[in-house]
Amino acid sequence: MNTKKRLYGGAVYGATALSAAVIIGAVACIMGTIIVGGAPSITWEFLTASPSQGMTEGGIFPAIVGTFLLVVIMSIAGVPVGTVTAIFLHEYVSNKSVLTKIIRFAVNTLAGIPAIVFGLFGLGFFVQFVGAGMDKALMPAGTVRWAQPNLLWASLTMAILTLPVVIVSVEEAIRNVPKEYREASLALGATRWETIRKIVLPNSIGGILTGAILAVSRGAGEVAPILFTGAAYFLPRLPGSLSDQFMELGYHVYIMTTQSPDVDQTKGIQYATTLVLLLLTFTLNFTAIFVRYRMRKRIMQ
Amino acid sequence: MSVATHQENSSTGARVEGAGPVHADFTRKRVRPGEFVIEKSIATVSFFSIAFIVLIFVFVLREASSIVTSSSPAEKADAACETPQCETYGDEMLDSSVVAYVPKEDHASNASGRRALVSNLLGRVWQPVSLDPKYGIIPLFTGSLKVALIAILIGAPFAIFAALYTSTFAPKWAKEIMKPVIEILAGFPSVVIGFFALIILASLIQSVLGLQYRLNAFVGGLALSLAVIPIIFTISEDALVAVPKSLTEASMALGARKWETALYVVLPAATPGIFAAVLLGVSRAIGETMIVLMATGNAALLSFSPFDSVRTISATIGAEMAEVVFGDRHYSVLFLLGIVLFMVSFTLNVVAEVYVRQKLMKKFRGG
Repeated sequence: MNTKKRLYGGAVYGATALSAAVIIGAVACIMGTIIVGGAPSITWEFLTASPSQGMTEGGIFPAIVGTFLLVVIMSIAGVPVGTVTAIFLHEYVSNKSVLTKIIRFAVNTLAGIPAIVFGLFGLGFFVQFVGAGMDKALMPAGTVRWAQPNLLWASLTMAILTLPVVIVSVEEAIRNVPKEYREASLALGATRWETIRKIVLPNSIGGILTGAILAVSRGAGEVAPILFTGAAYFLPRLPGSLSDQFMELGYHVYIMTTQSPDVDQTKGIQYATTLVLLLLTFTLNFTAIFVRYRMRKRIMQ
Repeated sequence: MSVATHQENSSTGARVEGAGPVHADFTRKRVRPGEFVIEKSIATVSFFSIAFIVLIFVFVLREASSIVTSSSPAEKADAACETPQCETYGDEMLDSSVVAYVPKEDHASNASGRRALVSNLLGRVWQPVSLDPKYGIIPLFTGSLKVALIAILIGAPFAIFAALYTSTFAPKWAKEIMKPVIEILAGFPSVVIGFFALIILASLIQSVLGLQYRLNAFVGGLALSLAVIPIIFTISEDALVAVPKSLTEASMALGARKWETALYVVLPAATPGIFAAVLLGVSRAIGETMIVLMATGNAALLSFSPFDSVRTISATIGAEMAEVVFGDRHYSVLFLLGIVLFMVSFTLNVVAEVYVRQKLMKKFRGG
């Protein structure tokens, strides 16, 4: 009886530990393969040159620039909205009010909608509705400038997709600002907004930064929302305005592996592009973790 | 006493102007226009999240709804598409003639046309680009379910067991490793997982199992399981850690071993949370696009073998939307698929969120 029990115990322990080990192994395996496959192809020239010879040679500079522009415009649009929503949820309404519950539910739902549906939304709303409206209002009749996929629409679509990330992260930071700070400020006669502007926001800047970094990491990694809202297969020059299309790292990986004329010849480019994308998201994620860690530590003190 | 004076002050302050300016300042609600405007604008911006949900639903539905108008009475379809407002796309002016032309062909018969459309949609063949286009969503639907099922069957046990390990058995150093590893996995862009599946996993599985097709539902499901593991792990672990200590202590006090407590006390107590975790995993698996687009082979076959190529709903949208003629029926059908995805993920999220979490809370409060 006792040995049987010990056997069961060993089996349960072994199975759970093995599961954890398999997950760690899988992550190590993916990273290892991509690093080993990609590292030799990453040169300064690869990072700073345009694709050439029908995308079978050359670098990924336009894709890096495109990704950068995408996440910057996305952050400019999304981070303020997310921060303000978090402020409203935590500073203006009670946690138990129906309004809070509805907004929270909306944020959770937004986080759960598949990325490809955001792509459809971007196409149906921004390109076909807002863009077409802008063309009718601003452009001479017959010309099409905004009613087509472009950098602005892709960035705004991505901003909506990453909104929940920002809200959750900023809210955590605001929650960590000690209540006494607010009470002291209010007791000194500051208004609610003055308290938020001078006390709450400066003390939660780390959380806003974390939210922005995590949103950028997510935005740089998602491809489905930009498939038909602005990403381009190949462009001879860099995007010069918001109404231009752009190249993007994740999209570049996708087309190079599935639609390239000669998949085998471009293996090196594929691995290297994937590695660049992976390193980019990693650096961002670890920066976010670091900032959050520092923030928590400061509050503990 | 002090309360009483305060109240008195406030009432006199309100009645007698200037009797005590300091007190009056203190108690009367001053109108601050700046503050008011700021508060209202903050409230307005906060409603954006709600507005986005509504807008997403409305605008995806709006584009999908042209599928109905294209088979409605003739004059309506004509009116809709011969006015200048008719939706054309991009600078390809040639397209407008195509857009105007297609509905005319479709709306020729009204009621029977609609019936034909419904039976076409519920058909078993997905062949959108042909002389007689077939938009049967059945193979896509089963494809999505098949890949998601494989992903969950592989991913969920690993994720739940690993969560049980870190929450009960693991020594501190193992926990310190597991947390960042899961964060790394969650941070992998889906194209990276798709790339790994397409380039390495597919060839490996083909040579090991001796398969006919390199890209199939199994490879896609396996890759997808990597995407659902972080979700299931994180939420399961939260649920397992949230099990009250009194339960585990009671179990230990009764002489149960650590593994008995874990298996017979902690795991059952956290079941609703784990169920919620699996539901959210399913939601992610059905909605995920890039991984399945790259790794499943994308052939719309209706089969139950896990080693056949498969085409999911999300991959269909991702692959075909770029090549479609804007405004025609194929375009609307793709938006219709988008609505299906939206509804599925919405339902799963609501069930996981509202029902299961509440149940979990109730259970722990002993209600």
